[in-house]
Amino acid sequence: MNILVILFPLALGLGLLGLAAFFWCMRTGQFSDLEGPSWRILRDDDLRSPGDTRTNDH
Amino acid sequence: MAAQQDLSVFVRHRESGVAGMELAVENIRCAGCMHAIENGLAHETGILSARVNLALKRVTVEWTEGALRPEAVIERLSRLGFKAYPFLPASGRDDDTSEERRLLRYLGVAGFASMNIMLLSVSVWSGNSSDINPVTRDFFHWLSALIALPTAAYAGRPFFESALRALRAGAVNMDVPITLGIVLALGMSVVVTWNHAEHAYFDGAVMLIFFLLIGRYLDQLMRRRTRDLAGNLAALKAETATRLLPNGEAMVTPIAAIVPGDRVLIQPGERVSVDGIIETGSSEIDQSLVTGETLPHAVMAGAQVYAGTVNLSGALTVKVEAAASGTLLDEIDALMARAVESRSRYVKLSDRAARLYAPLVHATALATLLGWMAFGLPWPEALIIAITVLIITCPCALGLAIPAVQVVAASALFRRKVMLKQGDALERLAEADVAVFDKTGTLTLPDPDLVNGAEIDATTLQAAGRLAAASRHPLARAIARAAGHPAPASDVSENHGAGLSAIVDGIETRLGSVTYCEAGAEAAIVAARHPAASLIAWRHGNECAVFAVDQKIRPEARDCIAALRGLGLEIRILSGDRSEAVAPVASALGITKAEAGLRPDEKLKALDRLSAKGRKVLMIGDGLNDAPALTKAHVSISPISATDLAQASADIVFIGDSLMPVADSLRIARRARNLMLENLWFAVLYNAVAVPIAVAGFATPLVAAVAMSGSSLVVTLNALRAGRGLPRQNTGVAA
Repeated sequence: MNILVILFPLALGLGLLGLAAFFWCMRTGQFSDLEGPSWRILRDDDLRSPGDTRTNDH
Repeated sequence: MAAQQDLSVFVRHRESGVAGMELAVENIRCAGCMHAIENGLAHETGILSARVNLALKRVTVEWTEGALRPEAVIERLSRLGFKAYPFLPASGRDDDTSEERRLLRYLGVAGFASMNIMLLSVSVWSGNSSDINPVTRDFFHWLSALIALPTAAYAGRPFFESALRALRAGAVNMDVPITLGIVLALGMSVVVTWNHAEHAYFDGAVMLIFFLLIGRYLDQLMRRRTRDLAGNLAALKAETATRLLPNGEAMVTPIAAIVPGDRVLIQPGERVSVDGIIETGSSEIDQSLVTGETLPHAVMAGAQVYAGTVNLSGALTVKVEAAASGTLLDEIDALMARAVESRSRYVKLSDRAARLYAPLVHATALATLLGWMAFGLPWPEALIIAITVLIITCPCALGLAIPAVQVVAASALFRRKVMLKQGDALERLAEADVAVFDKTGTLTLPDPDLVNGAEIDATTLQAAGRLAAASRHPLARAIARAAGHPAPASDVSENHGAGLSAIVDGIETRLGSVTYCEAGAEAAIVAARHPAASLIAWRHGNECAVFAVDQKIRPEARDCIAALRGLGLEIRILSGDRSEAVAPVASALGITKAEAGLRPDEKLKALDRLSAKGRKVLMIGDGLNDAPALTKAHVSISPISATDLAQASADIVFIGDSLMPVADSLRIARRARNLMLENLWFAVLYNAVAVPIAVAGFATPLVAAVAMSGSSLVVTLNALRAGRGLPRQNTGVAA
């Protein structure tokens, strides 16, 4: 049962890590817009092609 | 006059030379719009960043201080095809945001704790049915206590504080049994752990806090969201005034920056955006938005003007007053105060549930304690059973039942261009059984339109339109709009109070009043056909035409009325306008119960008569004169074009010309109310099953955990149905 002495602090530590990550998300405004980012990921403008002059795609 | 624009009040200055501004943007629908705005603005020199918030339909723009003027951002956005309005964050908003963040932090901590305690508890439960070492079990229980006690002290604060507040005020709310349950459960668990018992309820107490916090957070989210939307509404109206500086210069300034004592110039054709006293000038004022009356009133220096009216013929200088002391506003103020009292008598569904719930739970727990003691059980064991009753009845499902439905329904409404200003408006809207409409600006569109366009040939309309385009008079603008906004004719002279004239092809052309254009004979024919319309005549030599301009009925008004009837509502009109103007609208829409020429207090009395008969009134109106009635009615709706006061009094505001959102919101509200009731009944059913188990003493921590999370899950999933499967989707509006 001595393994518990290692496993439980480990489990708690992982949980705390998750909690810290959650607080980080809150502080940096990850939850302020829940709709936009799901579309943002589809954008390709980080692969900038030289001829791309698109500004308005309506 | 070349007036400069001043948007500096909206700009926020940060350290390190960065300026920023928030804008509410119309028509952001999809990722494409987001992409277009962000890319378009990023290419502008000087702009450091532009970020769209798709959920709130806002853009945050930052630029290097001094690199560009804030107006340039709006201009750039309009070139991209988006209408943007600068946005001033409301003062109350920061409080709400920090409250929301606080709750989210509590939620995070409670979630972390409940998961870790569950990890320990599941080990104990499985160990109990096999061969767990009592020392190990005690170790696990103490470890749970180590996590649970600080968590409860930190994350349980919203409930403890609220319970204390209620007790100090001598009342009992839902948080009192919750607090009692949590504190007793934790206390009892520590005691039994000390005595090496098999069961401890640390997991139950912390899970309870976690689920209840979810409900509390959703509630807060709803409140913040409605406030954000109300902020967007204010920005979308984008009201500005032309302020006269002491040196005589004119400056277009947002209303937010106007203070009492400022002098404001109001050009003919402009909407008056302030309350105040006329200093110089005389004109006619269209008060339809204020009184519902469509005939213009003559005003001169010394007279009071109200925000929301339209200046028709002459330029006015107005001195701004903070608290307007006009007789009309005084009267409306007094009526509003009276009307508010009656509204506050409504008891929310959740409060009604809480009132029934708290005494019932306490009585059951007490009866359990006494019952088991009478049965001969020693008191510590009887107390443990009584506490498990408190834990298991704690209103997880009850706390989630209503906020979850409200959040889902509000976002469904938002997609249909309806903004909910109060969460409980949904419940009240669902109960409505009679719909009372105002006419001017509600059943009809706020701006007048040409109604006899089919009887006038195209070249005449074009010629009149070119003349009309030179004027800002609302009637002239209606003709210019009907002619498709042609280029204005050159050298147009405006004769005050009569009309416009210009020389076209060597002959004088006139557009204006019937007498000015000597068109009495033609006017009589048109007037017979359109009795309620305002007439405007055009003469070019021997050619002559008379245009009838009237307020058109909103698109889909007929469908909306039919839909409301289909939902079992009776339809009535209460209008402040003349009966000749009301009758045609009523008959066009097939409404038989129409009253005209009502003053604000008479509208209130009419509503009183209806509510005395036990009717629940849905009032739909936009004018200042409707504001008391909107406050008084069981529930009220305003279009976005309404006066500020009317909008502030309304529970729900819809955007756009169509009237259909009224029927849509009623459908969603009915569905939401049904779901809320379903959820509440489910909570009752759950208790009916769980309480006997707890009273009998069979509620182990495992049973409590399964019951709590199961019921919360069911209620939440049920709430998700609030936004789905409506019979008629408003496709033009859906995001």
